[in-house]
Amino acid sequence: MGVWIMAGITFREAARKKILWTALLAGIGFLLVFGIGLKFQVGDFRNSGVPPFLRYQVISAMLMIGLYTVDLLAVVMTTLTSVDTISGEITSGTIHAIATKPLARWQILIGKWLGFVAMSGVYVAITFGGTIAEGYWIGGVMARNPVYGGLLVFLECVVALSVTFMFGTWFSTLTSGVITLGLLGVAFLGGWLEQMSGFTEGSRLAMVGIISSLVMPSEAVWRRAAFEMESPLSASLQFSIFSDISIPSGAMIGYACVYLFIALGIAVYHFSERDL
Amino acid sequence: MRDLTLTVRKGEIFGFLGPNGAGKSTSIKMLLGLATPTSGEAYVLGMPAGRVEARQKIGFLPENFRFYEWLTPAELLHLHGRLCGVPDHILTKRVPSLIDLVGLTPHINKRLQNFSKGMLQRAGLAQALVHEPDIIFLDEPTSGLDPLGRRMVRDIIRAQRDRGATVFLNSHILSEIEITCDEVVFIREGEVVTSRDMRKMQEEAARVEVRAKKLTPECVAGLSRWGDSVEVDEERLTMTVASRENLPDILRFLVGSGAEVYQFTPQRLSLEELFINVMGEDRGF
Repeated sequence: MGVWIMAGITFREAARKKILWTALLAGIGFLLVFGIGLKFQVGDFRNSGVPPFLRYQVISAMLMIGLYTVDLLAVVMTTLTSVDTISGEITSGTIHAIATKPLARWQILIGKWLGFVAMSGVYVAITFGGTIAEGYWIGGVMARNPVYGGLLVFLECVVALSVTFMFGTWFSTLTSGVITLGLLGVAFLGGWLEQMSGFTEGSRLAMVGIISSLVMPSEAVWRRAAFEMESPLSASLQFSIFSDISIPSGAMIGYACVYLFIALGIAVYHFSERDL
Repeated sequence: MRDLTLTVRKGEIFGFLGPNGAGKSTSIKMLLGLATPTSGEAYVLGMPAGRVEARQKIGFLPENFRFYEWLTPAELLHLHGRLCGVPDHILTKRVPSLIDLVGLTPHINKRLQNFSKGMLQRAGLAQALVHEPDIIFLDEPTSGLDPLGRRMVRDIIRAQRDRGATVFLNSHILSEIEITCDEVVFIREGEVVTSRDMRKMQEEAARVEVRAKKLTPECVAGLSRWGDSVEVDEERLTMTVASRENLPDILRFLVGSGAEVYQFTPQRLSLEELFINVMGEDRGF
């Protein structure tokens, strides 16, 4: 019961943060720009002699770029909104009134985590769903596995959230935010290095990418999501920048899930043991 | 903390005193399970400190209470009540009466972000009482309160004792402690220095003011056997005595030494004076 009360109050607290509304406005702004761009592109195609097959591939590539933008927005929003929920409340003393209630510490942390998981879910549903809908209604294209792709984007957010929570039990808000964003940067770079390694089959570059993905698997999860959503033809023709030459395996998704729970487990353990 | 040993009896108002850095807040944190002692043990309501079961019966007002600012006082109390497992139908009745008790009824629809520091303290005090705990830890409960608010806190503390609850009070305002507490403990550098039963304090140490002529140096020196801090300013002599029982002996000694005594006024030693006597001169208090 305590977990759900904490989840509810955390969701309401998160929903009042300016950063969430800023990210939501950014997401709506993106949807607006994406929709207009898509409409213009479709109109231009209609007046040109570009074959329908090619039109479809170009619009599909645009959709993937749109989904990637949503993915970045969702991960950054999740990190920035949740970064002070543990460390900030410890610093301000707000946590004292909660931690002295008849709740185990794990209930507090898991409740807070669930609140942010729900918030990320809503954000991803709005922005990711909106992008998919625009692609379908305006561009006439549909991602191959939109639900699975959306769930992978959501998983990526939850991985970032768990890492943020883990560092939040140790460090100040600023420090844990810098560390988590730094790790996301490493994952981003590693993912693209691994992608580049596919062109030359360079094993050393691929190894750098794999190690980066093991350190922070967020980008690998996105690349798997891109693979799941891209049309098979577009992927085989390597039509877009997300046409993955080095596709993260299902085992990497399993690793991301294990990684998530290990990070969360460490967060629970450290939060339970530390002085407040 | 260092070898802190103390017992708080059920149903009393217990004052916890000490200079800055003495370890008062750390002690409270250990008793509440917010901090873990490196050694030793502590029990609250017969259970190891920090146990979830013990916290079921504990209320706590932290120093400088803060909480989510978008809540109204009623929402705050409902939330904390639910966290303590109080059923909704009881909260529906109890919350308005608690808000009234702490004087926040005129502000019932305001959000905490619009509250002054004193109003936040009142809201924090109400959340500490929402589940009718058996023991209440109050860390500087009158911080930020005006005189009326302080009197309200005193009345609430006494009402809690009267319903059988134990109150553990940490405050810098010694006059508050003096008129509220049944027992006080003084700690310094993590150790108990001394304790006082406030109900018996009137019988204990006292200050006496004497107006007399012919106070000889021998007479003044002789007074030191009953107490220290003997000060003479022409015909006015003040001193602190360890026990009020010594007062007749002192008067007899003065008269026997040839002093012409016009006035002999015992004054009760305030807690502040006792605090300074116990702790010594300013060491950061």
